[in-house]
Amino acid sequence: MRYIRPLSIEDAVGELAKAVGPAAILAGGSDLLVRMKGGFIEPELIVDIKAIGGLADITETADGFRIGAAVPCAVLGENKALKQAWPGVVEAANLIGSKQVQGRCTITGNLCNASPAADSVPALVAAAAQAVVAGPSGKRTIAVEAVPTGPGRTSLAKGEIIEAILLEKRPEHAGDAYLRFIPRTEMDIAVVSAGVNLTLDEKGAIKTARVALGAAAPTVLLVEEAGQVLVGSKLDEETLERLAKICAGACRPIDDKRGTIEFRRKVAGVLAQRAAAIAYKRAGDK
Amino acid sequence: MAGVAVSTTINGDAVEYLCQPDETLLDVLRDRLGLTGAKEGCGTGDCGACSVIVDGRLVCSCLVLGAEAEGRKVETIEGMAHGDQLHPLQQKFLEHAALQCGICTPGFLIAAKDLLEKNPSPTEEEIRFGLAGNLCRCTGYDKIVRAVEDAANVMKGA
Repeated sequence: MRYIRPLSIEDAVGELAKAVGPAAILAGGSDLLVRMKGGFIEPELIVDIKAIGGLADITETADGFRIGAAVPCAVLGENKALKQAWPGVVEAANLIGSKQVQGRCTITGNLCNASPAADSVPALVAAAAQAVVAGPSGKRTIAVEAVPTGPGRTSLAKGEIIEAILLEKRPEHAGDAYLRFIPRTEMDIAVVSAGVNLTLDEKGAIKTARVALGAAAPTVLLVEEAGQVLVGSKLDEETLERLAKICAGACRPIDDKRGTIEFRRKVAGVLAQRAAAIAYKRAGDK
Repeated sequence: MAGVAVSTTINGDAVEYLCQPDETLLDVLRDRLGLTGAKEGCGTGDCGACSVIVDGRLVCSCLVLGAEAEGRKVETIEGMAHGDQLHPLQQKFLEHAALQCGICTPGFLIAAKDLLEKNPSPTEEEIRFGLAGNLCRCTGYDKIVRAVEDAANVMKGA
């Protein structure tokens, strides 16, 4: 096994592209080291991306925010401008693990670990976040929902690295929220979760809406129909009923010890309603 | 496997070591450097017994590679007391009997130190939340929380 710490994204991509055996990208390591310890992965090459310029920074640009792939989730919570613009994304990122894990884990890692129950991913999908992918043939920007293709699997090709997550600049009257159900009060894996992102017009009617569900299917789900049903409304009771019904219907959950299919469907609808209400209030307050 | 040469700072001292690429910082501290204060509980980042501070961030040393410590500043439980002078948190853990078997204690002390450095006047809820990444199977946590509250008061007065 080799451990390398390249200083440029090109070097990192080059090393990954020419790696013969299994290779792993290391940012926070809160998934990778556990998988190595459990014997689920035995990489020949570990590429630590934390020394690559810009990957450890959050930058505010004219277009929004660029969150480097090596930024720990704790740092997201400490960034006032990001929290103000995207409170739902930040609270979802800050739900991952303990304080010790927060100091290491990253939203890019959460996305690339490709767990259907990843906390930050429904919030990112609802936020229409994009991933900047660097690879042997250059860079491309894709929607975050295009990254996971199933539990533990991504669409990234050999040699490709997500170097940053992009979040748009917020218009006025915009808000987002993320909620999950867990049987404990803290530090658990979502049984089911929902992220909602809204923008309102001057009169308080919903102009655009995106709804995403976590732990409800093999990948995080973007439920476009649920977003559409919210548009034009002010979250009246009838709209919320329809939202819950659409979300419950969109779920393709598994039955396991942590929750039954029936339970997950029901709770997905309830969480979507509650997250929508929080996002609506946040949007109205701005 | 070729060893990785690492130069780092541990508790203020420059330290150099060779480690394997897949060796955790916890294993380096314990098996190569003789710093056995950090304990291995779960080895998967769930229990906090291996907590250390790296560049001002509380982390589980079982989830950090030894190779990653290159150029960083690591603080462990061994650096908490000044000679015979215990840190107020250590003193208060003793006074409140906030430990029984002691395996989790170094991790709790490091996590509590990190908590009080960032928030010198935490509420009980903030203490419990801040220490939620550290598991104790003996005390029921209450004595630990009281010890941290008491230490916070002493440290504010100091």
